[in-house]
Amino acid sequence: MLKYFEPGRIFSITSKAPKYVLFLFIIILSIGLTEALILSPEDYKQSHSVRIMYVHVPAAWISLGIFSSITLLSVVGYIFKIKNFFLISKSLAPSGLVFNIIALVTGAIWGKPTWGTWWAWDARITSMLILALFYVMYLVAWRIYEDNDKLFKITSIITILGIINVPIIKYSVDWWNTLHQPASINILSKSSIHTSMLFPLIIMTAAFALFSLLIFLMKYNTELIKIKNKGLDRL
Amino acid sequence: MYGRKVKLRFFFVSLILVTVALSVFLIIKSLEENVIFFKSPTEIKALSEINKKKIRIGGMVKKDSISIISKEINFVVTDFKNEINVVYSGVVPNLFSEEKGVVAEGYLKDKNFFLATKILAKHDENYMPPEVKAALEEK
Repeated sequence: MLKYFEPGRIFSITSKAPKYVLFLFIIILSIGLTEALILSPEDYKQSHSVRIMYVHVPAAWISLGIFSSITLLSVVGYIFKIKNFFLISKSLAPSGLVFNIIALVTGAIWGKPTWGTWWAWDARITSMLILALFYVMYLVAWRIYEDNDKLFKITSIITILGIINVPIIKYSVDWWNTLHQPASINILSKSSIHTSMLFPLIIMTAAFALFSLLIFLMKYNTELIKIKNKGLDRL
Repeated sequence: MYGRKVKLRFFFVSLILVTVALSVFLIIKSLEENVIFFKSPTEIKALSEINKKKIRIGGMVKKDSISIISKEINFVVTDFKNEINVVYSGVVPNLFSEEKGVVAEGYLKDKNFFLATKILAKHDENYMPPEVKAALEEK
């Protein structure tokens, strides 16, 4: 079972992985940035401001994705008492928070020239801010408590409370009148974004996902080293 | 298959999730008035009384409705069912134009007349290069 695999064996893989991930990340990011900043066309309405979207949207997706993964891992880890899942969650959280902040900041930078305001208390933007606060709460909890049992309970509860916000973020633009535009990309129906703009968006998402993976691996290695130093041979 | 504790913990987690989700749903439902960022002209028409508080209205800027008289800009906001006249003096955002989304913040004079203190342009979900837009318009 997952509960019993040895940190030493995982470490031998995760300590080698970062350099390959970094290499791949640099390649994908260069392609993504060239596509997004140079090759892709400007928008008919917002002209070059559209390029902010290639950072804003992937960052928002990744931060939502990471929060959902953390919740799933924490809940399953809590129910079946799998320590390793909590370490994975802890290592995932920082990049989720960073991308959340990037989404908020790039949104503000885009909002000023297009909407005419940096910030609006509309449902989408406010719920995204709440997600950032949940991330902070989660990370602070890891610093406050030292007892593992307490940590696992408290971080699980924070993620459960926070996950309720995630569907609210997703559907806020459909449920209420918001300043934020509704989703352009639909899996079931036709997307309202032109293919020439969809392509760099997907590449940038892949680049950001790789970056999260890189930071995750580095954080996770640190956790494994900490366990090793404590002289424990099992997670 | 699983121990009693595992089942209990699963039950505990599900219970928290359901309880909190339900509470949040009820809270948001009762605060709906404040969650929405702007009211549409139809919602304004349905108001029973006009209060002096600052509100936001939103919709499309009606075609050929923008007129600029000295420093004042007049236009009509429509949701294709009802309309409302808006008057504003100040700078409008770049994306403000006819047949595009707009959100105006300010005060209602009556159900047909709105005095705006701030104008925000609302962008829609369509992204395309200028050539594609031109080709679409030709059709």
